[in-house]
Amino acid sequence: MSGALLEARGLRLAFGGVKAADGIDLDVLRGEFLAIIGPNGAGKTTFLNMTTGYLRPQAGTIAYEGESILGLAPRAIVRRGIGRSFQLPQLFTEHTVLENIALAIAAREGLWSPLAPLLRHRWREEAMEILGRFGLAALAEARADALNEGARKLTDIAMAVALNPRLLLMDEPTSGVAAAEKMAIVETLVRVLREAGVTAVFVEHDMDVVERFADRVAVWSQGRIAALGPPGQVLSDPAVQREVIGIERHA
Amino acid sequence: MAGWLEQNTLLLGLALLDGLAYAALVFMVAVGLNLVFGVLRIINIAHGSLFAIGAYTAASLGLFFAARGLPPWAGYVALVLAAALVGGILGPVIEAGLLRRIYGHEQVLQLLVTFALFMILEDAQKLIWGVQPVSSDAPLRLLGTVDVPFGEDVVPFTAYQLFVLPGVALATLAGLAWFLRRTLTGRVIVAVTTDREAATAMGIDARRVFLLTFTFGAGLAALGGALASPTTTLVPGIGAATIVLSFAVVATAGLGQIEGAAISALLIGIGRSAAVYLAPEFEVVVPYLIMVAVLLVRPQGLFGVVETRRV
Amino acid sequence: MRRGTEATLALLAAAGLLAAAWAAPWLKFVLTIALAKGIAVLGILLLLRAGQVSFGHALFLASGAYAVAFLAPAAPEALLLLPAAALLAGLLGLVVGLFVVRYRDIFFGMLNLAISMVLYSLLEKLYELTRGTDGIRVEPPRVAGFALTLETYVWAMLVLALVLAVGFGAFVRAYLGSPMGQALAGIKTRETRLEFMGVSARRVLLAAYVLSAVMGGVAGAIVGMTTRHVTPLLAYWTSSGELVFIAILGGAGGALGPFLGAAAYELVRVYAAASFADAWQAILGTVLLLVILFAPGGLWGVISGLLGRRAGRAA
Repeated sequence: MSGALLEARGLRLAFGGVKAADGIDLDVLRGEFLAIIGPNGAGKTTFLNMTTGYLRPQAGTIAYEGESILGLAPRAIVRRGIGRSFQLPQLFTEHTVLENIALAIAAREGLWSPLAPLLRHRWREEAMEILGRFGLAALAEARADALNEGARKLTDIAMAVALNPRLLLMDEPTSGVAAAEKMAIVETLVRVLREAGVTAVFVEHDMDVVERFADRVAVWSQGRIAALGPPGQVLSDPAVQREVIGIERHA
Repeated sequence: MAGWLEQNTLLLGLALLDGLAYAALVFMVAVGLNLVFGVLRIINIAHGSLFAIGAYTAASLGLFFAARGLPPWAGYVALVLAAALVGGILGPVIEAGLLRRIYGHEQVLQLLVTFALFMILEDAQKLIWGVQPVSSDAPLRLLGTVDVPFGEDVVPFTAYQLFVLPGVALATLAGLAWFLRRTLTGRVIVAVTTDREAATAMGIDARRVFLLTFTFGAGLAALGGALASPTTTLVPGIGAATIVLSFAVVATAGLGQIEGAAISALLIGIGRSAAVYLAPEFEVVVPYLIMVAVLLVRPQGLFGVVETRRV
Repeated sequence: MRRGTEATLALLAAAGLLAAAWAAPWLKFVLTIALAKGIAVLGILLLLRAGQVSFGHALFLASGAYAVAFLAPAAPEALLLLPAAALLAGLLGLVVGLFVVRYRDIFFGMLNLAISMVLYSLLEKLYELTRGTDGIRVEPPRVAGFALTLETYVWAMLVLALVLAVGFGAFVRAYLGSPMGQALAGIKTRETRLEFMGVSARRVLLAAYVLSAVMGGVAGAIVGMTTRHVTPLLAYWTSSGELVFIAILGGAGGALGPFLGAAAYELVRVYAAASFADAWQAILGTVLLLVILFAPGGLWGVISGLLGRRAGRAA
């Protein structure tokens, strides 16, 4: 199998006068890691929100595996195999890390069997195995609201991975993470996602991460894609450097 | 349809005028509830008790003035004085003594604290005023009646119901709108309602705003009760009935909406009066049916704003 | 609290309750009502787990009680009336639930209140059907085919209530530990995440709502058969507030909390009503305030705190 897993065509969405998406055309290829970069307010998160059904575009189409997913609720899109992690980790703060993952596994299986305990053998095993892959096993019993930012981000992504997605959309997986931790987290992510054969789209501000992680880079600017291609080529483009990287390095 | 309207002009006219007076009273209570919710983010279940205590206080003062041989217009002084006393004393006591301790708590607990307060205030009423009906209608009798023609029928309405109640409600609405938009304190209240974090970050003294708003809301509830006192006989339980009704008005309007509360009070007030004349057994149900119907179509209420969460 | 400890405590409590009823016969009535209300509060507990509080659950309790009142002449058998009341309340819970699970927090609480008031006013106004505020008298039904003497009937009701309380308590405990129950807690902390896990938060809440309605209906059936007189007051919003009160008083932690709270509530009420007829409500209100302000874990929190300390010292 090759070709596009996700095809977006002519996506438009404006909030008041601000055009968050002004004609987005993008193919996400099977198995690739695609980075989305661009200044704040360029519409990067809006693209993720439209793809996951949280926002509905005013025009355009989105197809996943050749079928339109336009107008589906977020949970229907998730069930088709599109996972999502968040800029601000969306964890169940009163639960432990292990329970967070186990709940995601149970959700994948439809959440039924109402009287079996959440931490029954099978779900606990699988949750521990996932946490092991992310290097989080030691934190399994910690409450989700007691984690540092790096662990919160990884748990958030691990929850999305526990749903067995084929496409994973990540919103700034390394923002807020201490610089010393950053590359280690990226290494973990690359390894886990490659092993699982997951296609990934991620919004990122750190160009070192982009270079290390991405197969292709899409540059967002005022609701449009200003450039698209391999990192080496796109990141060396003077216009991109001026408009995107300059600003970001400043910030 | 036209024939039916013609035959029932009288009924509809009665329902409309009764409904107007009723809506005026409901609005006074609901707008206070809504104002307090907007700023404090607490639905005060004891708000209805403040209405009841305002009513009882007004009736007692009215009877006291009459017993002292004061002229009948003193009854109106009693109404205003009762509202000021109840709002001015109970408002700060409740806000500073109780609510201030629970602002950070879960909503469930906040709701329960005001429920506990309601239980206490209900018994306090019984201890002070007993369980026998109390009535004082001097303000009503003072203004006499007006003959209103409906086609060939002429029906006498009390001037109090026709002019005083809607007049005070309109004045309250206009005064509130002016106060919230044109005065500094009013704009601070609006700022806290719209975005509490930003408002406090800008250095607004939330404590003062909360105290002021709650006192004012309590005063409005008490004034509503005081105004209602001449038109009805006071019995235990009016507070419990009032809070539920004013919540229906607030939910129909949308939480935090002031002008919206006026419109939904009209809708519910007239709807209920229409039921009184057309289908009396459903009188009490109609306000809730209106509310449920509105919320099925617009979950945020007629004028409410949808809040989207950012992810 | 460990599972074994809680089961032991529950057994001890059940035995203590039967012993108390034996020693002081007048307690049987109070304890039966307390157990019934405890069952209804178990339902409230499910919703509290999602951070939602229903100020209208007396609706289901009243519908269970009226179901008994209406059906008892046709089917005078407690073991038929109970499931019938549960079924009716469950169906009602499904209809109301489909509407209210779209709302959260204050809207959820107060909409439940408003809807329960619709039932209240219908019960009060449709005199032909319900005899209004006079209420309906219920003749004691047979129990498992036996027509009992009044003394035995009162015992039978207590035992029936106890068995149902233990059963529903165990059920709610298991449910809260299961994925469905844990997802309820997820509604409280991160509802958006549930949707992004492919889960409908509304359906999770609806399932809990219907279950809580069933428990309300069962509680109402017991209340109806025990008091043998049902009135619209059962549906009044203050009765709903009472249920939430008991939930907080008992503490939302374990399945034992609701029964602890209900027993304490009913006993305080009986004493306060006898000693201070005009102020018992104010006394309960004061107790509620004190619990919220000074013992937020409720009675159950106080007790498990004590037990935990002792266990800690032993270890």
